[in-house]
Amino acid sequence: MSTHNHVHTIADDIKDKTFQDVSLCYQCGKCSAGCPVRYYMDIAPNKVVRLIQLGFYEEALKSTTPWLCAGCMTCSSRCPQEFDLAKFMDAVREIALEKGVEIKSKDIIKFHEAFLNQIESHGRAYEVGLVAEYKLKTMHLLQDVDSSPGMFLKGKLKIFPHNIKDKESVKKIFKKTANK
Amino acid sequence: MKIGVFICHCGENIGRTVDCPRVAKACEWLPGVEVSIDYKYMCSDPGQNMIKKEIIDKKLDAIVVGSCSPHMHEKTFRKAAVAAGINPFLVEIANLREHCSWVHDDIELATDKAIDLVRMSVEKVKRNQPLTTIEVPVTKRTLVIGGGIAGIQAALDVANAGYEVVLVEKEPSIGGHMSQLSETFPTLDCSQCILTPRMVEVYQHPKIKLMTYSEVEKVDGFIGNFTVTIRKKARHIDEEKCTGCGLCITKCPTKKKAYNSFEENLAFRPAVYVPFPQAVPNIPVIDETVCMYYKNGKCGVCVKVCGREAIMFDQQDKLVTEEVGAIIMATGYKLYNIDKKPDDSIYKGYGEYGYGKYKDVIDGLQFERIASASGPTEGEFKRPSDGKEPKKIVFIQCVGSRDESKGFSYCSKICCMYTAKHAMLYKHKVHDGEAYVFYMDIRSGGKMYDEFVRRAIEEDGVKYIRGRVSKITEEDGKYIVKGEDTLSGMPITIDADMVVLATAMIAQPDASELAQTIGIPYDKHGFFNEAHPKLRPIESTTGGVFLAGACQSPKDIPESVAMASAAAAKAMVLFGSDMLEREPVVAKVNADLCAGCFYCKKVCPYSAVEVREVKTRDGIVIKEIAYVNEGLCQGCGTCTATCPSKSIELAGFNNEEIFAQIAAL
Amino acid sequence: MKVGYFPGCSQTGTAKEYDTSLRKVVEKLGTSFDELKDWSCCGATSAHVTNHQLSNALAMRNIMIAEQQGLDEMVAPCAACYNRLVLSQHETNKHPEVKAKVESILETKFTKEVKVMNLLELFMKIGLEKIKENRKVELKELKVACYYGCLLVRPSEITKFDDSEQPESMEKVVEMTGAKTVDWNSKVECCGAAHSIARRDIVLDLSQKILDDAKKHGANVMVVACPMCHTNLDMRQTAMRHVNPEHQDFPVLYLTELIGLALGMDEKELGINLHTIKFNYNELVAEKAAV
Repeated sequence: MSTHNHVHTIADDIKDKTFQDVSLCYQCGKCSAGCPVRYYMDIAPNKVVRLIQLGFYEEALKSTTPWLCAGCMTCSSRCPQEFDLAKFMDAVREIALEKGVEIKSKDIIKFHEAFLNQIESHGRAYEVGLVAEYKLKTMHLLQDVDSSPGMFLKGKLKIFPHNIKDKESVKKIFKKTANK
Repeated sequence: MKIGVFICHCGENIGRTVDCPRVAKACEWLPGVEVSIDYKYMCSDPGQNMIKKEIIDKKLDAIVVGSCSPHMHEKTFRKAAVAAGINPFLVEIANLREHCSWVHDDIELATDKAIDLVRMSVEKVKRNQPLTTIEVPVTKRTLVIGGGIAGIQAALDVANAGYEVVLVEKEPSIGGHMSQLSETFPTLDCSQCILTPRMVEVYQHPKIKLMTYSEVEKVDGFIGNFTVTIRKKARHIDEEKCTGCGLCITKCPTKKKAYNSFEENLAFRPAVYVPFPQAVPNIPVIDETVCMYYKNGKCGVCVKVCGREAIMFDQQDKLVTEEVGAIIMATGYKLYNIDKKPDDSIYKGYGEYGYGKYKDVIDGLQFERIASASGPTEGEFKRPSDGKEPKKIVFIQCVGSRDESKGFSYCSKICCMYTAKHAMLYKHKVHDGEAYVFYMDIRSGGKMYDEFVRRAIEEDGVKYIRGRVSKITEEDGKYIVKGEDTLSGMPITIDADMVVLATAMIAQPDASELAQTIGIPYDKHGFFNEAHPKLRPIESTTGGVFLAGACQSPKDIPESVAMASAAAAKAMVLFGSDMLEREPVVAKVNADLCAGCFYCKKVCPYSAVEVREVKTRDGIVIKEIAYVNEGLCQGCGTCTATCPSKSIELAGFNNEEIFAQIAAL
Repeated sequence: MKVGYFPGCSQTGTAKEYDTSLRKVVEKLGTSFDELKDWSCCGATSAHVTNHQLSNALAMRNIMIAEQQGLDEMVAPCAACYNRLVLSQHETNKHPEVKAKVESILETKFTKEVKVMNLLELFMKIGLEKIKENRKVELKELKVACYYGCLLVRPSEITKFDDSEQPESMEKVVEMTGAKTVDWNSKVECCGAAHSIARRDIVLDLSQKILDDAKKHGANVMVVACPMCHTNLDMRQTAMRHVNPEHQDFPVLYLTELIGLALGMDEKELGINLHTIKFNYNELVAEKAAV
């Protein structure tokens, strides 16, 4: 491949992050056919790869598809070209966040923010804190109200978080890997 | 000795990296070199004429050509030398391309190396001996291995030209996979109708010796002179006496113990059987593994009913030796099986399609048997599971092909065409049936092929969906097929009654073993290697062995037939003369020095070393020494390298020549 | 036999009974756990979804702890934790640049390979016959649908222990308890995973399909080996009742609870009473007899 006059594109970013080239995908659609959340996505998974292949980066980064991806790896395990599509989706998400693209799946983003805050603060997922923070961010105050009292009574949800001793080491990890 | 040096630019191939004029100029000064010139294309007519002119004008004794690999043009330059009057073995090639310009970037260093290479060749050629070609007689008989359409065609072509053919087939009947097909594309001819006349022609041909239920066990010799050992497996039926009446088959009580492989395991067959009614020869075989006589000594019904006393329970395998001059490989293919493979296999099988557990998820050959009028359902479309007529069939292409993860990277070439054919055959018989084809691409490049596929879509209403299928599951007797149409971007789920998988065409499971027996190379998939993919697709790299049909790579019937005729033609080229010229680059033992350790005999890959006795005048044996059979020796040099006492030398590459070449560096 | 133990965040919260039953069963079968000291989140779910480096570092922090603790192998009972740990370990070992980055973030050097096992591998290591030998109750009346979920068996080149399309390892364990297993279609279909909170509708849809399929193939109980799956399949049945009027409750057990029952423990000590959908083996047997 000629290296002069080469502009570093998002496809190259994806290659750096996933160690695989998007040109592997020959658009057979087997991934989309087996994806359990396919029906909820605005763009089929194989189509997202196609958009990246052809350089339609904005359309790909703005789609809800990577955020709805459940990470079940059905696609990756069945792909005849052994293209790890789940890993590709990971990379697309990361790049969407890095580039500050407007993401439509707002609730999902808020869930992830809440979850990560908990880990950063306590070292482990503190479920009550997670749900509380999520509810505040999304104002879905009545969600899970049906199951929560039961969970409390069974001792499954702890009121106070458990902090790991070496909280600092986890905080350090977050700091060192923060997205630019 | 007067030597001529000729440096070829090979266009840009050498000229771009090696400064050929400088090389030519430098070589002028080498001791013994009378003339040193360079030219753009030495192998061309003007180039060759240049060489001839210089040889004659300057009265040269030997020449060195700095050019591409000897594989390419050594013959050309040797012929030119002969035309000008010098022995062809006083020609040395210095490989300035594969050994120099193609593997280096730096022009200065590459040119220096080129000069070194030419100088080495000059020193060698000074010591070269003028050798004469060896002549061996040719056995004008051909062995054809495999009795499918390719083998049949090759055998008929050679036999019709007047030469004897030995046709060996491992199944009890010839016909191969073509005899299992219902109809062939693109004409929808009945397969057996067009095949069986040829099968009969083979059987009746006076020049064809047909050996069915036989396998090649050993091959010795070389081009023009092969000695082949063939194992005729015991049929337990006397072929001379049997009339093919079939009574033994009808009366055999063991009817449901063995699957009929001709029917692709969709039906049973008795212990004594012919694979199909039109089998050639129409002589049954007794399957020892299920026959009750072999299990517990009982039964023997066949003996009682046979009016000709043809049953021979204690018949043994027989080894037959045949002398042939050419071998044609026509062993064909097998279909990839989606069953689960063992852990250490590089192929995985298809778990998402059930690993073969669903009875109505079948492959192409099974579909052919169902569609075939002589098949287990007599041509009616019936599901293997419950015998009901399927109203919705899904065809899936590229199962195992174009699939690095679970199968093979290559395209199997025929599936697009036969899937269209299958869908059409189904629609022709079940008018209210629905047929769906999941495809990735449509590969229909032959004559009238694309029109054939369009006919399936436009006239017969077959629905083509572009995308692969992710999973097949069974629910309430129906098969839920989950796929995707990438053209519309819509997920497609179909509840099918039957699913037909177009599985990959793969090499026979014993292909690599057979290739090793014959002594020919094969690729990582087990397909036999052709000598050159573009210009020599019929010959294997081993002289005298030719390839025909799907054993070389996936292909359809017209291509197999064409290739078979081509292989026959190649064999007949060999038979064009009575004597075959062989290169005199063979090993020779110095009888005085040989100590008789026979290490050479152990390492010779061609079994060319024999034991010779050295006797006194009175006939007393003094010692045994090694002797190289010039007819078998291929000049590989293994013995020369092995001999501890340096008693063997390779003509054209003897020690003096090689050492001079090295010393010149 | 001593084995490292990485509980994962759910074991102390919503999957408390999984932790309880696992510890009790393992002890009965003669193995003890050496819990990783001060373990932290494995990096699955949100870290993995938003920041790959963060997720690798979080995962490898625990591998580092295991190595420092002198462990050769450890078990992660949550399938998501197991998958994240194994995949991070694999990527770190395969790509030197990734390893360098992780080592610099964690300020450590990895010197040996700690084997991370999932629940099924743990029982295979303990020895399936031990379950049968110590069995006190033969769970004859149970027809079990073994649910593997996504992450136990995929990707098969890295997890390397069972087939990713038609796995059989859980069935082998279940059969040791005397229960029968059914062949069904959704063994490895996704339950909706981490969408449980932000996109509950997806989880209800996917998990309902899985429960229905198990029922259709004749199962009367489902067995899982992942707390996320259990939450989606068990706890969310409350919501399924609202969304789908035809929904019928279907009990979902952890594999360890099933084994515990076979070893003679009761529902209360195993924590089965903490499930949303009630299950009691003796009652089930009585119901069947009454019919």
